[in-house]
Amino acid sequence: MSNNEIYTLTVNGETREVRDAWVGESLLYVLRERLGLPGAKGACEQGECGSCTVVIDNRAVCSCLVLAASATGKEIATVEGLNPDGSLTDVQQAFIDEGAVQCGFCTPGLVVAVHGLLERNPHPDELEVKEALSGNICRCTGYGRIFAAVDKVIADRNGGAR
Amino acid sequence: MSVLTPTTISDAAASLAAHPDAQILSGGTDFMVEVNFNHRKPSTVVALGGIEELRRWSNDGTSVFIGAGVTWQDIETGPISALLPALAEAARTVGSPQIRAAGTIGGNLGTCSPAGDGLPVLAALECNIHLVSPRGERIVPFADFMVGPKRNSRAADEIITGVTVPVPDGYQGYAKVGVRNAMVISIASACLVIHDNKVRVALGSVGPTIIRATGAEQWLDQMQAVPGRAVSPAVAAEFGRRVADEARPIDDHRSTADYRRHAISVITRRLLERSAQS
Amino acid sequence: MSSVATRRDTLGANALRPDGIAKVRGEFGFTGDLWHDGMLWGATLRSPHPHARIISIDTTPALLIPGVTAVVTARDVPGQMNYGLIAEDQPVFASDVVRYMGEPVAAVAADHPETCRRALAAIVVEYEVLAPLWDPERAIDGSAEPIHPDGNVFRTQKIVHGDPNARGEVTVEGEYVIGMQDQAFLGTEAALAIPDHDGGGVEVYVATQWLHEDQKQMAKCLNLPAEKVRLTLGGVGGAFGGREDLSLQVHTALLALHTGRPVKMQYGREESFFGHIHRHPAKVWMRHHARRDGTIVNIEARFVFDGGAYASTSSAVLLNGITHTQGPYKCPNASVIGHAVRTNNPPCGAMRGFGVVQACYAHESQMDKLAAALGMSPVDIRVKNAMETGDVMITGQVMDSVAPVVDCIRQTDAIPLPPDMPADPHELELPGGSGLTSDRRHIKRGIGWGVSIKNIMYSEGFDDFSTARCRLSDGVVTLKFATSEVGQGFVTLAPQIARTVLGVDDVIIDTIDTGVGSAGSTSASRQTWMSGGAVKGACMLVQQKLLEHVAREHSVDASSLSVVDTEIVNSAGTLRISVADATRGVSFDETYEHHHRPTEDLDENGQGDCHVAFAFVAHRAVVDVDEELGLVKVVQIATAQDVGVALNPLSVIGQIEGGIAQGLGLAVMEEIIVTEGRVRNPSFTDYLLPTTLDAPVVEARMIEQFEPLSPLGAKGVGEPPCISVTPAIANAIRNATGRVIDRVPVRPQDICL
Repeated sequence: MSNNEIYTLTVNGETREVRDAWVGESLLYVLRERLGLPGAKGACEQGECGSCTVVIDNRAVCSCLVLAASATGKEIATVEGLNPDGSLTDVQQAFIDEGAVQCGFCTPGLVVAVHGLLERNPHPDELEVKEALSGNICRCTGYGRIFAAVDKVIADRNGGAR
Repeated sequence: MSVLTPTTISDAAASLAAHPDAQILSGGTDFMVEVNFNHRKPSTVVALGGIEELRRWSNDGTSVFIGAGVTWQDIETGPISALLPALAEAARTVGSPQIRAAGTIGGNLGTCSPAGDGLPVLAALECNIHLVSPRGERIVPFADFMVGPKRNSRAADEIITGVTVPVPDGYQGYAKVGVRNAMVISIASACLVIHDNKVRVALGSVGPTIIRATGAEQWLDQMQAVPGRAVSPAVAAEFGRRVADEARPIDDHRSTADYRRHAISVITRRLLERSAQS
Repeated sequence: MSSVATRRDTLGANALRPDGIAKVRGEFGFTGDLWHDGMLWGATLRSPHPHARIISIDTTPALLIPGVTAVVTARDVPGQMNYGLIAEDQPVFASDVVRYMGEPVAAVAADHPETCRRALAAIVVEYEVLAPLWDPERAIDGSAEPIHPDGNVFRTQKIVHGDPNARGEVTVEGEYVIGMQDQAFLGTEAALAIPDHDGGGVEVYVATQWLHEDQKQMAKCLNLPAEKVRLTLGGVGGAFGGREDLSLQVHTALLALHTGRPVKMQYGREESFFGHIHRHPAKVWMRHHARRDGTIVNIEARFVFDGGAYASTSSAVLLNGITHTQGPYKCPNASVIGHAVRTNNPPCGAMRGFGVVQACYAHESQMDKLAAALGMSPVDIRVKNAMETGDVMITGQVMDSVAPVVDCIRQTDAIPLPPDMPADPHELELPGGSGLTSDRRHIKRGIGWGVSIKNIMYSEGFDDFSTARCRLSDGVVTLKFATSEVGQGFVTLAPQIARTVLGVDDVIIDTIDTGVGSAGSTSASRQTWMSGGAVKGACMLVQQKLLEHVAREHSVDASSLSVVDTEIVNSAGTLRISVADATRGVSFDETYEHHHRPTEDLDENGQGDCHVAFAFVAHRAVVDVDEELGLVKVVQIATAQDVGVALNPLSVIGQIEGGIAQGLGLAVMEEIIVTEGRVRNPSFTDYLLPTTLDAPVVEARMIEQFEPLSPLGAKGVGEPPCISVTPAIANAIRNATGRVIDRVPVRPQDICL
């Protein structure tokens, strides 16, 4: 299955060439199957679960709904790009510490979404957090420990206050 | 077979003319669902995401022009929300935050689903849709644009470049009914607007197109109720009933015609009540 | 110099997941992330009809598409065609008839998922459409032709206990309907099969709940000896019962053996809805007879479980449902009849709760009706009848588990109610949320109760054991087990056990595969008890050998030695040696099988000690309802759960909160809509899962009364949280609105029309 489609994507700061792709491939497919970045997950193919969340030009979007070949010229950031030096971000550490990870399938999408939220709004209140994450479905945790993790990050970043 | 990424509207129009079988891609939030579910096999795609011109908007004091590439997120949280709060309210209910960050007002019009969240607002505000082709620009009122479920009067070589939305001088409000408290396809929705002392109400998800309940609007007008002033509970209830009578809902896996009709009567009554409190 | 002792991650600690770092970095290898050189993609062709005869299948057009390597159908299955967990009644591929919408008919292997899609579209299947059997009552009354050689009834079972004619002063009855829920685990079905070079075996990475059961069934279908079908657990993205049956395992392995190349199969969400079994939709009629003081005298009940096209675990689900008729209450007399039947509806099987969800919705609705009829409060009627250790159940089995039912209720009741809705609430706190449908004055608040009993482990004489292997050397423990980690945290608990028993902190978990004995299924809330018991058993054997070794080395009596923290000490206090030092240069290696005590089949009157043990839980729901629109917001769930011992409190809370969300889903939004066998909503657009804005505040209390029957004193905690929360919410909606709520999920029109 090849249509001699060649294009370049900028992913986590690097220029990545995509060759021999079928025109209908989503960015999710290209990241996972062609660029060796399987962190984003597919669970619904229609933007209803957020497991595939990546950041494009500073906006958190569902990569399953992005036609890969149309994402040229944009800055794409995935979960893998959060800590190229191998350390954990405070969001990632909080997810572990607060028990917000069970099966982990929703986790990369949520981590990216939380980073995106706090980038835009460093002091979200409880309802703002919930609304910002309302596009990320978790089937295991019931969200309680996820909220606890986000609260911890917000508190730590603001020296103990919200 | 490829993906074309023009950077100007005229380039996009030219690409479309050169490839009559090409498919238009805006935010991707409808297009890619069809691709992922094997209902759409793209061959040539004209992707509009690189066209800066489509993301512009402007306000001339009486109406707001919104470029087709403006996202729901920008409408919800940006300066447009102060001018068109009902459109911002509708924007907030589109899908999820991720979908709002990518989905565009142009895409909503291109798909033209009766459940399109922004469409009842655009209908109630009596917007005009701008269409550009190599033949020039055409401006079409909403009522003439949406002609059926997922059918509009855009010609195959036309691109939606934006909408001009007159700003009403009175109340504008929106309500959308869904079973879940976030990320739902609407079962029934409505926008109520007061302009020039007249109430307009447009309904979503309860007919093959967005429905302007003109019968109920005229009835309310004849009641000599002063738009924006309190109406009696009986008048408000009757208004809701009459609006619901003009709805043409169906039974489907999401809901029933009976419930949809009932929901419309309730939310339009409540919107009218709210318009009197604002 | 004083030092602060480092908290060790032993039993009772909130030990963190060992796979947490990989998961938050997106590096954890879910089965769908696996990849192999030379790999082909596989895909399945499924029947569009709920019931049809297959006239012909022409695969040649698919084979002509460039990039397609193979197409397989029933004729390519080398071994036994039919498989199944209880009855082997389900074919790998349909050949003469399809019995449900989505039944597999063929599979392809190709170079790209898109090639696969085109190949599937090119296969020509000629069907003769038949009328589907969709009404379970017709399967029961015999008016429908058998749609399978094994007939249309999987099982009929009655329970007759005491005096079926016993009466009280008051009678309440109702018929309750439970819709079809889906497990909707996020990580869809996936497998990677790598054929041996000689084609005489296959290695399969799969996301599953029970490696050895998959292996057994696959080996039969592939006509291979079991040891030639080597399964390794790939990362699992949730299960909740939906991975207990085979889905793509045989298909993937068959394509790999057929093509001689690795084959990966992964379902999309739509296919996943068709590719696994669901929770049984059910109809439960109950009639309670009680005395004026509220004491239950007799319960009559009739259960109908619609098992869909194939048997799966329907007969066991039925057993669970009917044996839980009485709920967590004393009941001296009962007559119950239950049917699990075959239809052309989607096949149903295990989902968290396994038949007890359906029974609980009925009995908790009944308890509220009784309370209303007697002018008693929902709390008082339940406390009045609360079961205790020593009570005889309607199966004749004596409750010998710890049974803190009153405690569960009282502790739940003691949790403060949430504050009233403010006069000017934030829109996201109202039902309908950002849809802006309602104002404060349209909202009514309601409170509702649900209390549940749930059996733990498998039942009816099944010897369901678990195996673990423990190796200790140079201060490092390596654990090997086949226990499926599906997110529940067994990989966190197992090292905690080893650290406690053996006094080391470095614990490695070896690959989870069929290279060790079976661990049984990750289901039935059984793994903490069974696999925890196996790990404890293996570690205890190692500990014994270790202490004997140290005893010999130091010329002391082994019985005077024990492991204390990270050291081996003798009772006189004269010997103290770190476990690390004691194990330098030596190694110990023990394997242990943990069995639970035997259970019995039920006799024809439903009498028998058929369950192993039980756990209890109470839920109180507070809901806000927009009465005119029928929209609901669940505000708070308060719960007290009987957990035995909280071996990892953070994990327990995770199960409680997660289970509550699933029970909430069944209460107000989750249903696979089936019309005459056709699934109408196989997508997340229309099968709605609770979002962050649907999640209530959860106030949870863990009731820790050590369970002596359990190897670690702990009860399974996975299922109870999702069981009685559903009727608690339904009862709360009833309390708010006064409406009869006799089905779940409750739809808006059920409240307002």
